[in-house]
Amino acid sequence: MIDATILLGELAYWQQTSLRVVGGLAAVLLIAGTLVYLHLFKLVSFMQSRLGPMEAGPFGSLQLLAEVGKFLQKEDLVPRKADRFVFLAAPFVVLVSTFLLVVVVPWGPDAWFIDSDVGIYLAMAVSSVSVIGILMAGWGSASKYSLLGGLRATGQLIAYELPLILAVIGVVIQAGTMNMQGIVYAQAEGSIFGWAGIGNPYFLTQGVGFLLFMIAMQAELTQTPFDMPIAESELVTGYMTEYSGMRFLLFFIGEFATAGVFSAIAAVLFLGGWYIPGIDPDDNIMNVLGPLVMLTKVVGLTFLVFWFRFTFPRFREDQLQKLAWKVLIPVALANIVVTGILKVAF
Amino acid sequence: MTAISDREKLSYIAAQAADARINLELETEGMTLNLGPQHPATHGTLRIIARLDGEQVISADPVMGYMHRGYEKLTEVRTYPQVTALVNRIDWVGSFANEVPFILAAEKLMDVEAPPRAQWIRTVLFELSRVANISLFLGDMALQLGATTPAFFAFRDREHVLNQIEAVTGGRFHPNFDRIGGLKDDLPAGWITETKRAMRKMRQFCNEMEQLVLGNEIFAARSRGIGIIPADIGLSYGLSGANIRASGVDWDTRRDNPCGLVHGELDWKVWTHPDGDSFARFWVRLQEVRESTKMIDQMLDGLPSGPIMAKVPRIIKVPAGEAYVETENPLGVMGYYVISKGELVPYRVKIRSASFSNISIAPWLLKGVYVPDIITILASLYFILGDIDR
Amino acid sequence: MSSTDTPTDDSQTEDAAAPIDNARNDLVARLTAHLGDGLIESHVTPGDDLWVRVARDSWVEAAEFSRTDLGFAYFSFLSGIDWMPSPFGRDMDAQVDLQLEADETDEAGTDKDDANDTVESGVAGGDTRFQVFARVNDVVNGLGITFKVDVPTSDLSVASWVGIYPGADWHERECWEMFGITFTDHPGLRHLYLPGEFEGNPLRKDYPLLARRMKPWPGIVDVEQMPEQEPDGDMPAADSAEAGDNNEAGDNSGGDA
Repeated sequence: MIDATILLGELAYWQQTSLRVVGGLAAVLLIAGTLVYLHLFKLVSFMQSRLGPMEAGPFGSLQLLAEVGKFLQKEDLVPRKADRFVFLAAPFVVLVSTFLLVVVVPWGPDAWFIDSDVGIYLAMAVSSVSVIGILMAGWGSASKYSLLGGLRATGQLIAYELPLILAVIGVVIQAGTMNMQGIVYAQAEGSIFGWAGIGNPYFLTQGVGFLLFMIAMQAELTQTPFDMPIAESELVTGYMTEYSGMRFLLFFIGEFATAGVFSAIAAVLFLGGWYIPGIDPDDNIMNVLGPLVMLTKVVGLTFLVFWFRFTFPRFREDQLQKLAWKVLIPVALANIVVTGILKVAF
Repeated sequence: MTAISDREKLSYIAAQAADARINLELETEGMTLNLGPQHPATHGTLRIIARLDGEQVISADPVMGYMHRGYEKLTEVRTYPQVTALVNRIDWVGSFANEVPFILAAEKLMDVEAPPRAQWIRTVLFELSRVANISLFLGDMALQLGATTPAFFAFRDREHVLNQIEAVTGGRFHPNFDRIGGLKDDLPAGWITETKRAMRKMRQFCNEMEQLVLGNEIFAARSRGIGIIPADIGLSYGLSGANIRASGVDWDTRRDNPCGLVHGELDWKVWTHPDGDSFARFWVRLQEVRESTKMIDQMLDGLPSGPIMAKVPRIIKVPAGEAYVETENPLGVMGYYVISKGELVPYRVKIRSASFSNISIAPWLLKGVYVPDIITILASLYFILGDIDR
Repeated sequence: MSSTDTPTDDSQTEDAAAPIDNARNDLVARLTAHLGDGLIESHVTPGDDLWVRVARDSWVEAAEFSRTDLGFAYFSFLSGIDWMPSPFGRDMDAQVDLQLEADETDEAGTDKDDANDTVESGVAGGDTRFQVFARVNDVVNGLGITFKVDVPTSDLSVASWVGIYPGADWHERECWEMFGITFTDHPGLRHLYLPGEFEGNPLRKDYPLLARRMKPWPGIVDVEQMPEQEPDGDMPAADSAEAGDNNEAGDNSGGDA
């Protein structure tokens, strides 16, 4: 059996880095592509009594390729009054935060990009960068619709970061470490009140935290019911209104990639990451199975995200803020207190 | 359905007042937001010029006429059957209902009464157009509020009704079936059974909408207490149909002034709601669709036999006179004031369309609401552009 | 056709045919009492409808009285009528129509041109070319009144109803742009349907319908021939009741089962 650590260790630094970069790109884009096909094309279509794309490839599987081709050949429009640099840079800023997020996610015992002791902290910090990108898009478009969308987005994203982070703190308290790999091992080797049959997946013992994280994640992704910034029936597409062609595709892919990556983080934090009960976590086979397990968990969590997205109407901005500040944050704080107490007691 | 509490009404007003205070302190200037004429929200080319202060509306001014086709001028040079074909296109979603008041007015002037079978089938088609029209509304209001899925269910289930209309009249959207003195044709074989089946499906659809949309807390939070129309103000603006019934006014032209349709012989109920907010308007329309399906079932059970056309000359010259007939169309009360001088063509036809008056309350109603609420209120008032612009 | 507003026990008549409509007669009496000379003419179709023509000075007063005292809270519509016959004729120049016209002239013996010059008004009379008419409803009792007012051509203006029925706002704007009738005290008369710089008043009879000026009316066209009249060169005029025959003329039997 090939020991992955030894193999990687023999490569030069630049070779390792390139591998990581390629791996990161592949991970993000593949996930985004799968999610777009599965959820956006097929899931929502079946929910709405229709079939979705069926022409491009068997059962429409190559539709995304067709869409990419379509967007690539479109004209790259910049509104005349737009702030040119800000307008052009905005999609990249949003996408940068997604790629930075994926580096902290472990896909197997040895399949990780970086193994940082402050993994989750880094992730939370970096996820805020997308807010800047959205604000740049809203401002740089020189359009009232976009500005309204950008401002709404900023308010919403800042408000919902707090429940996100506070929910994570509960997990960190229980796991005792901020290292993502460590959190996986804590769940793999933990036990629920003494019973170690399936380890200690935190969605059971940190159920409230899981719920908070999922709601906050839905808001961070600006998906309905929290899609005021996009609000299709009012603002056309909010901060994305003036974008066309490749840049719009970047936003679009970014939306699904971020959904995938956030779900991956949620899977690591709450569902046990790449670990399946029954297989020893240090077994080398997990380096192959691990990514598959993660993919399954990611698809499962994003299914929830998109299921809610296509069912619920959207909140109004003030109701949205009320929910964040008056409901989610107090509950998150209470969750931390209770977790702390229980951690000490047990 | 419980009415919203006074506390909820007061809290909405207090929130708006607080916003207004903040806006005053921060001196945010007015921004003019132009909604439309091309816009995902408006059902067609309606343009609303909203002056905003932050997210609150200072004034909202609907600008219409992008679809003005000059119907009242056109009717002066068309024969009565040609006007019938023209008038289908005013409210194109429930189009049979547009023909009915015009034909009834012409019949009143000619002193001709359609035979009973024609009257009953006319009423069946009238109610079918209501079911088709309002079920579109049920899906569409949810769509405006952000839920994409109910709209697809609405379109899928409307097909059952449209298929039935097509089976009789030959046209899904523009039946052009009513004639002075009766109808163009009789029902095809097997239509009655099929329509009853379609009505069963529509009742299932109503139940689905009730669970999926009405029962959704987010929908309730977005629409309760939004756009409250007091009854007397609504009446003075000319609001009609479900809009005014949702404000508690017990008025339905089908019951109070049937005039040629057979609603008086059926057992049915007029639905009202005391609140007058957007939720109430959705709720009333949902109940009305259900009620219509039951009415259609009753009518299909009791259809009299007989001719479907009275004795009228082939080239129709309506005697001189003036007549006004209004009926309870899906969008509201629609009326035709027909002035005839005894010729082939009417002298003047004034078309009183429901949505025109329904939307005239928008400038008053939209003052002080938030931008998302503009969409909610307009969606709940429910208009069709052809009805506003004629 | 049942009507909830006619009290059925009053159908025993004083004269031979017409039933008495107490509710509507009562309304006319009250309006006359309040408006006095302002109410010029009225017309009741028993069990059906009520028209009232008022003087221009009593236009607003009539509205106010109906809203506050008579309980007519619902504003239906407001518009105008141009009673002058169209100088373009009826724009129906098809042969069939001309033939009909010729027949009528022969029968009546009058010259059609003379009749076309006079301004004839409709129900409840009228002295001027333009009239403004409006309708209000009482939703509780199911009654409606159509108010009419004469507007002299020399001074095309009438008071606005906006103060009493706010819904009249848009209707008056439309009437202004379509007929050219000014409504005094209206908060802002501007175009409703027509673009801002539009010149002319389309619904007036002397404003031509351009489509008919360009292309004359094709006539009453029967798209579908009646089955018995289906011309077919080879077949003799077969009876369509011969159901068993293999008619070459195609399927003539109607599709209504």
